[in-house]
Amino acid sequence: MAIYNLSVNGKKVKVDVDPDMPLLWVVRDFVGLKGTKFGCGMAQCGACTVHLNGAPARSCQTPISTLTKTDQITTIEGIGDGKLHAIQKAWIEEQVPQCGYCQSGQIMSAVALLKSNPKPTDADIDVAMSGNLCRCGTYDRIRKAIHRAAEEVKVAESGIGKM
Amino acid sequence: MKAGSLASVGLALGISGFTRDAAVKKISPAVIKLEINPFIIIDTAGNITLVNPRPDMGQGSTQAVPSLLAEELEVSLEKVLIVQSDGSGKYGSQTSGGSSSVRELWMPIRKAGAAAREMLTTTAAKRWNVPVSECKAEDGKIVHPGSGRSFTYGELADDASKLEIPKAPKLKDSSDFKIIGKYNKRLDVPERVTGKAVYGIDVEVPGMVYASILHSPVIHGKVLAIDDSETKKVKGVLKVIKTERTMPHRTSEAVAVVATNYWAALKGKKALKVTWDNAEFEKTLNTADYYKATAQAATKPGVNFEEKGDFAAKYAKAQEKLEANYQTPFLAHAPIEPENAIAHVKEDGSVEIWGPVQGPDWTLRDVCGYMKVKPEQVKINVALLGGAFGRKAYHDFVLEACHISREVKKPVKVIWSREDDISQGPYRPGMLSHMQGFVENGKITGFHHHTIGESILGQVFKGLKEDEADSWIGGELSSENSKYQFDSASKISWTNVKTDIPIVWWRSVYASNFGWGQECFVDELAHLAKKDPLQARLDILPDPRFQKVLKTLAEIAKWDEKLPEGSGKGLAVFKSFGSISACCITVSKKDQGVHIDKVVSVIDCGHYVNPDNVKAQTEGNIVMGLTAAIKDGITFTNGKCDQSNFHEYNILRLNEMPKIEVHIIDSDEVPGGVGEPGLPPIAPALGNAVFAATGKRMRTLPFDIHNLG
Repeated sequence: MAIYNLSVNGKKVKVDVDPDMPLLWVVRDFVGLKGTKFGCGMAQCGACTVHLNGAPARSCQTPISTLTKTDQITTIEGIGDGKLHAIQKAWIEEQVPQCGYCQSGQIMSAVALLKSNPKPTDADIDVAMSGNLCRCGTYDRIRKAIHRAAEEVKVAESGIGKM
Repeated sequence: MKAGSLASVGLALGISGFTRDAAVKKISPAVIKLEINPFIIIDTAGNITLVNPRPDMGQGSTQAVPSLLAEELEVSLEKVLIVQSDGSGKYGSQTSGGSSSVRELWMPIRKAGAAAREMLTTTAAKRWNVPVSECKAEDGKIVHPGSGRSFTYGELADDASKLEIPKAPKLKDSSDFKIIGKYNKRLDVPERVTGKAVYGIDVEVPGMVYASILHSPVIHGKVLAIDDSETKKVKGVLKVIKTERTMPHRTSEAVAVVATNYWAALKGKKALKVTWDNAEFEKTLNTADYYKATAQAATKPGVNFEEKGDFAAKYAKAQEKLEANYQTPFLAHAPIEPENAIAHVKEDGSVEIWGPVQGPDWTLRDVCGYMKVKPEQVKINVALLGGAFGRKAYHDFVLEACHISREVKKPVKVIWSREDDISQGPYRPGMLSHMQGFVENGKITGFHHHTIGESILGQVFKGLKEDEADSWIGGELSSENSKYQFDSASKISWTNVKTDIPIVWWRSVYASNFGWGQECFVDELAHLAKKDPLQARLDILPDPRFQKVLKTLAEIAKWDEKLPEGSGKGLAVFKSFGSISACCITVSKKDQGVHIDKVVSVIDCGHYVNPDNVKAQTEGNIVMGLTAAIKDGITFTNGKCDQSNFHEYNILRLNEMPKIEVHIIDSDEVPGGVGEPGLPPIAPALGNAVFAATGKRMRTLPFDIHNLG
C-alpha cells in the first residue's frame, strides 16, 4: 500500500492503495465516484473512460502508481462544471441512452473529441468513438448527438442569440 | 417513507405491488387480484407512487409503465414517483422478459389509474354536492368547471380511500390520449448521462466485502486442491473459500476470493492455483460434436409440433424442391455491466439481496429454494440493470453471493469479470434448422422446418417431455403465428439434442435462431419459383397486417429500385412477442466480402406508449442482430469456452454502423412487444442481401462479412 495524492475533478484527493490498483477502482471504490464503469478490464469496451490531463484514458489500464499529483483526472461527474456539458445536453435531446451503462465512457470520449475537433466529420467520429462499445446499440444516436453538440457549441460561440 | 408515515397514506389501490412497508399494511389482504391491488399510492400530500413490477434494463419500462398510469390518472409523468417491486407474491409477475411490460400491464395499470380517478372524482363531487358528471380530473386535481372550484388529489385521497374500488372503471378513449402514443423524453435519461444513475454494480451496503470467483476453466469442473499462498499475500484479501455455482441443470464448484475491495479480490483470484478435476467434460463437451449431433438428427424425423397435409409424401413427389441446413451459434449476452449482486445472509437466517435482476419474483423464488428459507425471510432490492438481454433472469451469480455471505457472515458483493461473463454462460443455445420445401406453379406451397438443438424449456425449466416438441419453438413458428399459408403441406418438427453447456433465453429467444432458417429458406424457395422474394412472400402471407408491413417496407426501402451490378437487397419478416417486424438490407460487393449500405426496419407493434422508445429498441435490435450475424459466436473445445473477452467475442462498433432507418406502423391492434421483435429479421435479411449481391448463399452464422469464402 502507498499514499497517493491525486487531483480528481479539480479536487485534491488522498488515497492509500495498492500501487498496481487501476485508476478505475480507485475512483469507484476509494474516491466514491461511481459514474465511471467497469466493463472488461482490458481496454476493449471503453466503459471506464476518464480524462487524464484532458485526453481520454482507459482507467482500467492505468495503474495508480503511474500518476502524479499534477495529473488532472476528470470523470463523468466533473465534465459539466456544475452544469450539463453540451455533449450531455445533446445526449438528452437525442435520447441516446437505453440502459445507459456505457454512456459515461461514450460521453467522456465524445467530450474529448469535441475539445480537440469542434466540428468532427463522420469519419472523425468513427475514429474517436470506435473504442466504446454499446450493447444496447445506441451508436446511431451517439453520432447524431455529437453532430448536434458540435452545432450548438458553434452557435453559442458565434454569439447568435446574444443580441 | 417509513412505517411511521402510515397516516399519510390516503389511498392505495392498483394492481400488483410496492416496496413501502407502511403502505403495504394499508392494503386489504383480500384484494390480491391483479386488476385491483396495490400498484398505486396517492398520499395526502398528493404524491403519486407507482410500484413498477418490471425492472428497467434499458428497455424503458420506467417510462412505459408510469405512462399508462399517468394517462388515466390525468397527471404528468413527472408527478409519478417510481419504486421497484420487491418480488413478493402479492405483486404478481415481475420479470422483464418476453417483451411483456406493456403487453401485460396495458390494461391492469390503466384500469388502476382509471379506478383511482373515478374514486377521487366521486369524493370531490360528494363534497361539493354536485353530480359526478359535472366534475373532471385535470393535472392532479378534480375540478368543477361550473363553479371554478377544485381539490388536489392529496386533499381527496383520505376520503377516496374509503370508497369501494370500482371493478370496471371507464378507460379513456385512445383519441383522448395525451401521453400514450406521443413522443415524450425519458425522465431517467439525465441521470444516465451524468453518472448519477445507480446500477447494481454501484450499490454499497454497510459492512460489505467483495468477492471475485474463480470458475472452472473447463466448465463444470470440480475443485481438487486450492493453493492460496500467493493470494493471501495480497493486501486486502480476507478469505479464500470453496464455493459453488448453482444453475438450474447442475451445480459446479468454484473458488471465491473475499476481500475488502474488489481490486484486491481480482488480484487475489489471479494469484490462485487451483487443481481441477475436469475428467467428465474435457472429453465430452465440444460444440463441434454438438453440431455433428444436430446434423445427424436432421437426417431422421423429429417430433411434430404441427403438420398440415402429409408433408413427407408431398415432398417425395414434388418436382421443384429444396433441402438445406441453417445453423446458428451459441451466443453470450455480454451486457456491459457484468453480473453482480450483494447478498446478506443475516444471523436470524433472513436474506437480503441487492442486484440488477430482471425479475425480483424469480430471484426470490430461487433464493428461497437455495437457502431453504420462506419468502417472508427474503427481501429483494432491484437496482438498475446495465443491460441484461435475458442474462440477468438467470440467478447463478445471486446464489453465489448467498453462499459466500453465509460462509463469511457479512454482506458480500460478487462481481463477475468479463471473462466469467463470456466463458461461463449461460448462452443462447446454438441451433440447427433443417429446411425442406417445394414450389408449384411459381408459388411456395410446401414447407418443413425441423428445429434441432437444446431446449431452454428442458434444461432451465425442466418442462419438456421426451416425446414432445418444444412448445416455445413451435408456438413461434406455427402457422397461427407466422401466418404463412402453404397450400399443399407444411410441418414444424423438433428434435432435442442435449448439451451441458448452460443455456438461457437471449434477446428474442428462439426467434433469433429460427428466423435465420425460416426467412433465408423462403428466399431460396422464392428464387426456385423464379419469383421476386417480396412477391413470393405476399403470395403466401394473406394476413392484412403482414401485407401492410411488407408493402410499407418495400416502399420505404425502395425495394423495386434497380441496383447496380454487385449490389443487392434482401428482406425478411418475422412475428414474435405479438409484433411483426420486417427488415430490408442493402449490401454491395467489396473485395472478398460485402459492405452493408443500409438497414431499414419496419415494426407493427399495435398500440405503443412512446414512439421514440419503439424506434430506439428497434435500432438496438438492428445492432444486436447484425452483431449476431457477422461477429463472434461462442464455441467450446474440450470443455472450455474458446472466447474470453471482447477481443475474442467482438460486438459491432460505431465505425461499423451502416445507415439505419426505422418506421413504425400506425396500428390499433393490442400492444405487442417492442424490446425483441426487431431482432429476428436482421440476420436473414442480411443473408438474403448477400445472395442477391453475390450469388453466395450463407447458411451458417456467424459469417465473415469481409470474406464470404
